[in-house]
Amino acid sequence: MTLLHWAVLSPFIAAILIPFLYKYLKRIHTGWFVLILPLALFIYFLSFIPETSSGNVVLNNLDWVPSLGINFNVYIDGLSLLFALLITGIGTLVVLYSIYYLSKQKEKLNNFYVYLLMFMGAMLGVVLSDNLIVIYVFWEVTSIASSLLISYWYTREKSIYGAQKSMYITVFGGLSMLAGFSLLYVIAGTFSIRELIANADLIMASSLFIPAMILVLLGAFTKSAQFPFHIWLPDAMEAPTPVSAYLHSATMVKAGIYLVARLTGVFGGAPEWFWIITIAGLITLIWGSISAVRQKDLKGILAYSTVSQLGLIMSLLGAGSAAFYFQDGDSPLYMTAILAAVFHLINHATFKGSLFMAAGIIDHETGTRDIRKLGGLMTIMPVTATISLIGLASMAGLPPFNGFLSKELFLTGMLSVTEYGIFNLEAIGFIIPIIAFIASVFTFLYCILMFYKTFMGKFDISKLKVKHVHEAPIGMLISPIILAVLVVLFGLFPNLLAYSIIEPAMAAIAPGILSPGEFFDVHITHWHGFSAELFMTLGIIVLGVLLFITFRKWENTAFYRGEQDLFNYAYDYGYDGLIKGSQWLTRIQMTGRLRDYFIYMCTFIMLIMGYTMYRYNLPLIQNLDLSPIPVYTWFVILVFLGSILTIPFLNNRIAIIITTGVSGFLVALLFVLFRAPDLALTQLLIETVSVVLFMLVFYHLPKLKKVKTPPKMKTIKLIISIGFGLMITLGSLSAFSMGQEANYESISEYYTENSKEKAGGYNIVNVILVDFRGLDTMLEVLVVSLAVLTVVSLIRLRFKGGEDV
Amino acid sequence: MMKKPNNMMLQTLARLIILVVLSFSIYLMLAGHNSPGGGFIGGLMTASAILILYLSFGLNPIKKVIRFDYIKIIGIGLLLPGITGLVSIFFGFSYLKQFFGYFHIPLIGEVELTTALPFDLGVYFVVLASALTIILTIAEDDK
Repeated sequence: MTLLHWAVLSPFIAAILIPFLYKYLKRIHTGWFVLILPLALFIYFLSFIPETSSGNVVLNNLDWVPSLGINFNVYIDGLSLLFALLITGIGTLVVLYSIYYLSKQKEKLNNFYVYLLMFMGAMLGVVLSDNLIVIYVFWEVTSIASSLLISYWYTREKSIYGAQKSMYITVFGGLSMLAGFSLLYVIAGTFSIRELIANADLIMASSLFIPAMILVLLGAFTKSAQFPFHIWLPDAMEAPTPVSAYLHSATMVKAGIYLVARLTGVFGGAPEWFWIITIAGLITLIWGSISAVRQKDLKGILAYSTVSQLGLIMSLLGAGSAAFYFQDGDSPLYMTAILAAVFHLINHATFKGSLFMAAGIIDHETGTRDIRKLGGLMTIMPVTATISLIGLASMAGLPPFNGFLSKELFLTGMLSVTEYGIFNLEAIGFIIPIIAFIASVFTFLYCILMFYKTFMGKFDISKLKVKHVHEAPIGMLISPIILAVLVVLFGLFPNLLAYSIIEPAMAAIAPGILSPGEFFDVHITHWHGFSAELFMTLGIIVLGVLLFITFRKWENTAFYRGEQDLFNYAYDYGYDGLIKGSQWLTRIQMTGRLRDYFIYMCTFIMLIMGYTMYRYNLPLIQNLDLSPIPVYTWFVILVFLGSILTIPFLNNRIAIIITTGVSGFLVALLFVLFRAPDLALTQLLIETVSVVLFMLVFYHLPKLKKVKTPPKMKTIKLIISIGFGLMITLGSLSAFSMGQEANYESISEYYTENSKEKAGGYNIVNVILVDFRGLDTMLEVLVVSLAVLTVVSLIRLRFKGGEDV
Repeated sequence: MMKKPNNMMLQTLARLIILVVLSFSIYLMLAGHNSPGGGFIGGLMTASAILILYLSFGLNPIKKVIRFDYIKIIGIGLLLPGITGLVSIFFGFSYLKQFFGYFHIPLIGEVELTTALPFDLGVYFVVLASALTIILTIAEDDK
């Protein structure tokens, strides 16, 4: 465990302390304690900049499950450092903002900050780990934390809906991603990303390349809300605004982008990778920007705009992956795309973060986020208006803000795609800049609409729920002001970031392209002369303004009136269908009769065992070198068989219980005969306790009565029972004779030899339980406890009728 | 269960029997590492001893004597193995690594102490409390 490992785990450790701080220091807002951690982490990660900007990487190893190739190796290069800084930097600002946003009297702050810290730790784990399985684990934790935060106001129906939706979609993607990772392991034999990149040729040549790629991309696309999985993000806006600013615009939704960027070294250069990512990104970009225009909720607009901006970054990463095809880092042709992706990632975090916080302020002060009710806030909230103006101008791509610079780079990247001369691009490539252009027009449009509807026009207090509207307290304004200042700063001096943050991140996305000691050329300027990009920007502004002026004309069209995304219908129908389908399936098979369940289980086991036996030419019964069976053992077995055969013919319940008990005690006796005292003792005790149990439930059991079964059914049951017994017998005999034939060394030999030496105990059974297989025992004990909880809740919490369900 | 517990024979015998059963169960629990026994068996044995009490004296009188919340005991039992497992991590070993050593304790003599003991104790608690909780919950249920 190095300091870096502790840094990743520190949010989780802090999360444990939060409930206590909340409970015992109620007078102080819990957020103040939380604030320290991301700030300290941010400063700590800043100290790595000199290291990464000189092209070095930091790698600290920690074995976790080395036998499976799963190790908690923390890896810092330009890309992971960029994300770590985003997570902790934006995290600090968001925590500060949340202190003023969430009231300490009314809200359950302990829940909020525990989830938030859980998310922060998991997110750091995702971006700082070199091991795919570790990434997967942290990845799913971010999904869970995100759902918990969306449903933070859990009494609201829409919160629950949004939380479930995000959970289903992202966990579906996460599981696909796990399958993709497993395929990569099958191909290359490692979970380490660095080793995978080193073996990229091997992976590319494998027949599993495409399946692995698609599965991994499903994970990345669902997380980063790419079309058509974007539908969860607008519903995630039910979360408190600090959460939307943090998880759903600046960090978590960029995890998918991180993954794509990180794995470009593995998959990049393949035409499929290029096409899938570029096309998905562009469709997301245009779909998101058009949908954003239709939204009436401030956060809804921002959500769809986030979707579209994520698509933009994604398409740039797709376009940039061509660098691997050419293996040439000097050409600005495709490196521009990667540069634009990294730069826009930073810019988006700044301007979108400030916009979300501004939207939160408006919601907080006016009680609504509906742009039809808002208006004229410019004079009432001048600071918020300024912040929003800067953020929106940057998002629309206006100079001199940072959004302008990355938007120009984006257009350059998209234009240069047509000049690649690969993957049939000359035939259909021209469509790529056109889509980019149209999407940008809509982006411009919703930016003006959002500003105009909120801050211009007439202020009408009668539409609002509150009596007085005033500017937010200074504490709430600090964070968005800092972000807005960054927007301006990065806009005016983009080269502040060029070689400290952007270039190392580019080098990390495209590993192996540069020879050691070389650096990418990063030069960002406002003025490129009268280039195609400039005219495109002018065109975007002109068209956007034109659409805005004619707003009255299309205000009442169906396009603008509706705001529901088409894919939501698909989700809702699919979800309903799934529930109905499972209910139908459950109704069919759940009869409530134990005997039916036994039929299912036995038949299933028989089929599986039968198939296996058939497949491996079994049963095989030969060379049975059996020990002689003494007379008394025969006797015990005969009585045992007799007691079992009697049970079906008994009509009295007490007699049945006793006879079952007899067979149980006889099994214990058999254990004694085979000299297994531990098993015998356990069996005896269990029989005793179950007799008591039987006596207890005896009162509650319905009267034992003959059930009239049709003879056909009887025969089937008889066949199943006999077949099942036969299958088990044949199976164990075959296993025995196979063991004899292959001359396996029994696993018990190991335990017999090492029990005393390694674990200090003579009782092998116990030593296996508490030492050799300790983890199993621990989890078994957990299962026992869960069973108890089930029994208790089934009985004590049973509906008595009249409850409100 | 047991609407009128007035069975004198049973009650007198139970007083004697549970002494033996309880002490044997604790022996089983402690001896587990080297001879038959262990947390699981010990826990079940203790559970059956306490069950004898409930059976012969009725639920409520015994409840006044034994005032444990069994669910909490399950919790403690679950924590014990988890925490003993953690101890080895702090010394840089893998989770749940077992240590043992021989110590000389005055009056008792040489004793083997293992980290498996608290682990097994956790199992003991969980099994004991689980068996009792299930049975008592069903017994107390008046539908």
